[in-house]
Amino acid sequence: MIQLENVTKTYPKASRPSLDNVSVGIEKGEFVFFIGPSGSGKSTIIKLLLKEVQATRGKVVVNAKDVTSLRSWKIPQFRRSIGCVFQDFRLLPNRTAYENVAFALEVIGKTKAVARRVVPEVLELVGLGGKEHRYPHELSGGEQQRVAVARAFVNRPLILLADEPTGNLDPDTSVEIMRLLDRINRTGTTVVMVTHDSNIVNQMRRRVIEIESGRIVRDQARGVYG
Amino acid sequence: MRVKYVLNEVLVGLWRNVTMTVAMIITMSVSLTMLGASVLMYMQVDRMKDFYYGEIEVSIFLVDNAEAGQVAALEEKLKSNPLVKESKHETKEEALERFKVLYQDSPDFVNAVNADSLPESFRVKLKNPEDYDKFAQDVKGDAAIQRIIDQRELLQKVFNIFNSVQLMSLVVAAVMAFAALLLVGNTIQVAAYSKRREVAVMKLVGASNWFIQAPFVLEAVVAGLVGAILGFGALFIGKIVLLDNKLQALTAILTPVPNGNVVLMLPLLAGVGAVVSAGTAWITLRFYLKV
Repeated sequence: MIQLENVTKTYPKASRPSLDNVSVGIEKGEFVFFIGPSGSGKSTIIKLLLKEVQATRGKVVVNAKDVTSLRSWKIPQFRRSIGCVFQDFRLLPNRTAYENVAFALEVIGKTKAVARRVVPEVLELVGLGGKEHRYPHELSGGEQQRVAVARAFVNRPLILLADEPTGNLDPDTSVEIMRLLDRINRTGTTVVMVTHDSNIVNQMRRRVIEIESGRIVRDQARGVYG
Repeated sequence: MRVKYVLNEVLVGLWRNVTMTVAMIITMSVSLTMLGASVLMYMQVDRMKDFYYGEIEVSIFLVDNAEAGQVAALEEKLKSNPLVKESKHETKEEALERFKVLYQDSPDFVNAVNADSLPESFRVKLKNPEDYDKFAQDVKGDAAIQRIIDQRELLQKVFNIFNSVQLMSLVVAAVMAFAALLLVGNTIQVAAYSKRREVAVMKLVGASNWFIQAPFVLEAVVAGLVGAILGFGALFIGKIVLLDNKLQALTAILTPVPNGNVVLMLPLLAGVGAVVSAGTAWITLRFYLKV
């Protein structure tokens, strides 16, 4: 599903690479944590998978597509197969929960009729039934992140990328979001999550890949934060 | 739905930043008016050339004591010259007739002149009046010729004035166009900034590049088109008020500007306005949005 082969990423003007000759494979349906201290390069992996940045060396394969050689005009189509959740939610403040999710459908050309059918369903799935018409500022942090998860999942992507999704949430709310991601994972969606939340990692007991200074120092099935 | 979405975004965008939109439209319309005026003037000079070059002749005045043989030889030379369309021999008597007609208002003056004091001449029409220099080279030096006068030289002075006015309005158009481009670029940047969240989400969920860019580009195109329509209105009103009324005497000499030519400016200005603003917007977005 996801394949990194000897990937090195050096940002312009950086003294050392953010990722240094990293190779890792992730199978379909896996749930993987990337952990490590700030600046270790774990967020760079998310950016590489989305082709927000280009690998300096090596090959990145996602959904059987070679991302490194993907033409730029094909990127939008490629990203439709990937859902994304971030620490800062990235919701549109002037749109309701429903409209935020529907917006993601409409801008990729889905009709309003499709949105009316699909959006309530996915909001129900993330546990926001009845709060469709609230604006982000009327929702708690956890609820906002649920909207973001709903938006990421509404297209039924094959892969869900989560960049510190619990970074702004309290421990109890974090656990709820993790349950939600776990449920999405059980539908067959591959989930890749970048975090430094040790509690979460220890509770989940899933595959853990630890990165330090741009290198993989540990790759453990059913691992803990360590 | 997508069309509706894009159109709505365009209107909201133009309204959000309405002072900038107005500035953009005004500079655009002034620039396009100048461009239109310049093109009209160019077309007008062409029309005038067509009109007057059909009329103008080269006058070859002969020396007083030209012998009949010399004159006949020169006439033969003119007739056989490939540049010449027609040449007419004007005797002293014919010159007097013409002189009488020309100065019929002052009979005393006419009476004081007799045929002998007027020069004998050839009136030559060239196939292409622009070939005068070549023609002059061919006939110059003939002993019977006293002087060659090319009417084109007079016209040329008028055309020179036209050309410099035309050049001036082109320069003004270019300067204004530059200002308009900067304004378009700036407006698009502001628009892109105020919509950066939407744009970020669109990129994230995989909206196509054209869909992200279309509202911004169309915003600029709408402003360009409105500018073009205003510019065209200014040209048309200017034509009617100035050329058809106030300066009618002048236009009578300089051949009138046909309405058809002015109407032709609408598609030209609209096309230039739309393409230039769309191009500027698109290039700005490439730098600013990095989609």
